[in-house]
Amino acid sequence: MDLLLNIVISGLISGSVFALLAIGFSLIFGVARIVNIAHTAFYMLAAYSIYVITHKMGFHPIWGMVTAIVLVTLLGLISYKIFVNPIREHEGAVLIATIALAMAFQEVMALIFTGTYLSVPALVKGYFLILGVKVFYQQLLTFLVALLVMGVLWALLNRTKLGLAIRSTAQDREVANLMGINESRVAMVTMGISVGLAALTGAIVVPLTILEPHMWMHPLVMMMAVVVLGGLGSLKGSFIGAYILGFAEALVVFLAPMGSFLKGSVALSIMILVLLIRPEGLFGVYFEEER
Amino acid sequence: MLGLILFYLRRLLIVFKNEVLVLPSRVVTVLFFILLLLLPLLTKDPYLLRIFTLTSIFAILAASWDLLSGFTGQMNFGHALFFGVGAYGAALLNKYVGIPPWGTIPLGALGAVLSGLIIGIPCLRLRGTYLALTTLAFPIILMGIVFALPRLTGGELGISGISRLSGSRITDYYITIIVMLSLCTIMWKITDSNTGIIFHAIREDELAVRASGINTTRYKLLAFSLSGFFAGISGGLYAHFMRIAGPSTLEVSMSFQVVIWAIFGGIVTIYGPVGAVFVLFPLLELLRFWQEVRMLMFACVVLFILLYMPDGLFRWLRDRIEKECPRCKIRNVALRHTCRICTAPLD
Repeated sequence: MDLLLNIVISGLISGSVFALLAIGFSLIFGVARIVNIAHTAFYMLAAYSIYVITHKMGFHPIWGMVTAIVLVTLLGLISYKIFVNPIREHEGAVLIATIALAMAFQEVMALIFTGTYLSVPALVKGYFLILGVKVFYQQLLTFLVALLVMGVLWALLNRTKLGLAIRSTAQDREVANLMGINESRVAMVTMGISVGLAALTGAIVVPLTILEPHMWMHPLVMMMAVVVLGGLGSLKGSFIGAYILGFAEALVVFLAPMGSFLKGSVALSIMILVLLIRPEGLFGVYFEEER
Repeated sequence: MLGLILFYLRRLLIVFKNEVLVLPSRVVTVLFFILLLLLPLLTKDPYLLRIFTLTSIFAILAASWDLLSGFTGQMNFGHALFFGVGAYGAALLNKYVGIPPWGTIPLGALGAVLSGLIIGIPCLRLRGTYLALTTLAFPIILMGIVFALPRLTGGELGISGISRLSGSRITDYYITIIVMLSLCTIMWKITDSNTGIIFHAIREDELAVRASGINTTRYKLLAFSLSGFFAGISGGLYAHFMRIAGPSTLEVSMSFQVVIWAIFGGIVTIYGPVGAVFVLFPLLELLRFWQEVRMLMFACVVLFILLYMPDGLFRWLRDRIEKECPRCKIRNVALRHTCRICTAPLD
């Protein structure tokens, strides 16, 4: 029973993290066709800036979170403007520009914080017991904030004019442009939202993880798997795919021998099995080939 | 007999004069070949030879990525899979079966071909970004298996104690250089052949190729296995040269590294990725004096060069020194005012 509950908690937490990351990633992919490898690097940056603001400067964690999200979003927009926007027509170049960006961030963090493992205290301390299993308030908070943000995002995309612009640009860039939508501005705004989501994910999950310069690699892989599993460009798919892979990871970690080595493999194998049956992912819209 | 030899020699000279000397890019290629083959005569420094040996091993890898992802447009983010299968295959065969390197490397490469066929089956149904993100998964899956079987694969430490490629540094150097030069020439020839044209056409418009009655699935599988073979050979060479096959050959960063090399040099060229490795890998070694900022500098160089040359460094350079004739599509030195074949004015 304890084991089951642990699996549920761990699956819900990592599922929410993957869902937030994957939604941000597929938003910017849908609108600007940018495969942003640096997406989880922004998540790492947010985590580190919270560490600096709360630990080194001694501010309250809430302020740390807010400043970190704002700062990282600004940084994301600046790096998009400088490095990605001029070469947006060249798909391959954008790809390695984002890889190089992620590597640069990783190295800067490694220079400043020397690769040692760091941690950040929880926003709300303490825990409560469910059937004898410790549930930290921070875990509950992370899960609830993730759900809330996803709800807000859903409302933004489906209930506002900006959301309509984003969705229509994702559907067909040229026609959206003809209808008077400023496509490059929409791309810019979406980049901001996407990076902001990554930063927010970093902010809410940072007390539960260990900080180190390579912490972006594993979420990156899982995020991509979620996006592929759920179907590119489908928010519902990303949501469900994220929880499937999150639970798969949790099950393997808790049940299989040497599970922590195998967790990535099993989750990715599930993704490939699904793809064998449904090549466009669970809820994928099949993108019309751009010819 | 002597006359015959003289005749062929003279013909070779004429070909050299009329086909090689007229284009700076060809002259540079010939110089590159000669320089690499004569390098051990100029320096005996074991460190320098070691760098160039590793460089040429990775050059094969980058070129093989270009053969698959550049030419057929099947973005492969998991190229480390082929490299790792080649390295582990060679290492396992050498350590437990006792086959010498000249046998293990091709066998390891065949293992990589097999893995290419296996991942080709789910991947053939995907395209574009889906494919890129899916292929990223395969080396990670294999890495999980490697960690889960530490008794066979050595787990985190890898398989060490493999026999050396050959007795000395210089022989090692010559083996890898000659293998690299011949394999890259073979790849370049493949891309120039009928098959290569079909590969290129699949990249441009797969539907049109299928409509022309070509079985694109078969050609894509062929691309996967060819690329797997070449990458597997480079993996085997790496394992025998470093005398260790570790999980680092399967890492995500390894796959990314290959993509960076290839796109940096310019895809759909074969020479671009090879050149890029010969620029970037020694550059990385040069920066070892600032160990901490080495990768940062590397990333910055890649970022800034891309801003000005999004098509890749070597394509950009080639466009500066050569012009294409608008009428007969033959390349000319940028200094010429008329085409060397059809005398049409070059603009």
